[in-house]
Amino acid sequence: MSEKLSRASNHLTFLRTLERWKPAEIVFWVALVAVQFVFPTSLVFASQILITGLFALSLDMLLGYAGIVTLGHAAFFGIGAYTAGLLAAHGWQDPLLGLVVAGAAAGIAGYLSSFLLSRGGDLTRLMITLGIGLLLFEVANSAASITGGVDGLQGVAVGKLLGLFAFDLYGKTAYAYVLVVSFLLFAFVRSMMHSPYGLALRSMRENQVRALAVGIPINAVLTNIYTLAAVIAGIAGALLTQTTQFVGIDVLSFQRSADLLVMLIIGGTATLYGGFVGAAAFMMVQDRLSNLNPQYWQFFLGVLLIVMTLYLRGGLLGGLGRLAALCKRRRDKERS
Amino acid sequence: MNPILQTRDLWKAFGGLIVTKNVNLSLARGARHALIGPNGAGKTTLINQLTGVLRPSSGQVFLDGEDITRIPPNARVHRGLSRTFQINTLFPRLTPLEAVTNSILVRERKGLNIIKRRVFGVSRRVNHVDEAYHLLEQLNLAKDCLVETHTLAYGKQRLLEMALALAAKPKVLLLDEPAAGVPEGESDELFAVLNSLPKEISILLIEHDMNLVFNFADRITVLVNGEELVTGTPTEIAEDPRVREVYLGKGH
Repeated sequence: MSEKLSRASNHLTFLRTLERWKPAEIVFWVALVAVQFVFPTSLVFASQILITGLFALSLDMLLGYAGIVTLGHAAFFGIGAYTAGLLAAHGWQDPLLGLVVAGAAAGIAGYLSSFLLSRGGDLTRLMITLGIGLLLFEVANSAASITGGVDGLQGVAVGKLLGLFAFDLYGKTAYAYVLVVSFLLFAFVRSMMHSPYGLALRSMRENQVRALAVGIPINAVLTNIYTLAAVIAGIAGALLTQTTQFVGIDVLSFQRSADLLVMLIIGGTATLYGGFVGAAAFMMVQDRLSNLNPQYWQFFLGVLLIVMTLYLRGGLLGGLGRLAALCKRRRDKERS
Repeated sequence: MNPILQTRDLWKAFGGLIVTKNVNLSLARGARHALIGPNGAGKTTLINQLTGVLRPSSGQVFLDGEDITRIPPNARVHRGLSRTFQINTLFPRLTPLEAVTNSILVRERKGLNIIKRRVFGVSRRVNHVDEAYHLLEQLNLAKDCLVETHTLAYGKQRLLEMALALAAKPKVLLLDEPAAGVPEGESDELFAVLNSLPKEISILLIEHDMNLVFNFADRITVLVNGEELVTGTPTEIAEDPRVREVYLGKGH
């Protein structure tokens, strides 16, 4: 009897362990809080990494969890960035209002464009998302009277956060603001990916034919997750605008979409943290390499990419996971 | 009593190629009905029209008396029509426990509010996870239910095919060659499971292996070139000269 009971609860323990916040996760977020005090001179760069990580998280929802490939995710980042910028430039300077409106604008764009993706396979989706990205870039480029075109949107003045904290030159307010917003959105996404909805999403990634055959309305789910990912990308874009008080047209560039994909793959897909880790690794390596060799730094980036893809399956987090498993096995062996 | 699943003058053509020709199939409640026919007879095309993956050119499909011809596949599952696949169509990187729980949670989605569906973890749905575990136990998959599906032995994956379909609590179960690829002698486990299914589940079985069909079915339909050749009891089918001709060629 007792054997049967313990066996019967095994399966629940298994699921609970997957869902529980792990010590490494708590360390991760505490470390990010510590950055605020340990590296007071690097906070501007640190907030940009965090924003890019949040943006990569939104891509992970699509690529890692739902299995939707896209080469145009910067479209939503850009829409969010311009929305927040235009609002601030026209007198609505409250940062939180900017975030909400930017998220909504990107979400509407995501909702509408999701219908173009419901048909067709990966290749079709790559082309359509690429097309939407290029199209938006040129719209922003040609509407120079509104967006500032290639010169970027000037005159973005952001008000005090909650009416109390002004954005300073060192990025102290900015970093804290970005960290809190990122953590809240992360916690939301994390719980959603462990919920029945997240399970359905993963099943869709694994096998669309079967997902349909167990009763999942795959087109509706696709629209849903695409819209949500767009909202988060839009908020990330708005954060960049508000913390840099400027919108460059490169927020909509193809390069941004492509870099994002690279970061997420370096970090590890479907891990939730892969985006943050990948963004940090990519941007720090980029920073170092471009200092070492300003002209040809992308050469080394290329080498790094090839080596990592060939020898580090599952990205940095995949590699770390295997290392942890190896250590654990060795420990277990010593104990027995 | 009216049949649980029925087609009326079902017709499907791809250009000039007719793959389903005036099929009037009728599945009685509680039936163990087999659909047989030589390769290319249009068996799988017929299944795809029953499940809604393919739209018929003309004709209708009725489930429990209701016309479901224009209803999408996922909605048919909610009305009680589930299927398995001839080629394993599983979720390779989900564990069987997650995969079956997923089927159950999809079935029960109306009973879950948005917080339970979107925010709370799957492990909080204790009853549904337990149900998944017990179903896996019945199919001898309990021991393997916490490892990723792609690591399971082929025979176990065939059983999981059935588990995913059964988790939806179907009224009608369409089995597309459940024993396909399972070596002779190892299909016993599978058919023991099939024979133990309750009578409330009506089954339409597509199968190549004549022994399995004659042991399992109480009614058989023979499909040839997209057309229904004959329907009858296993004895009638075994003695029908036209069926012999199709399967063995003339001269036998």
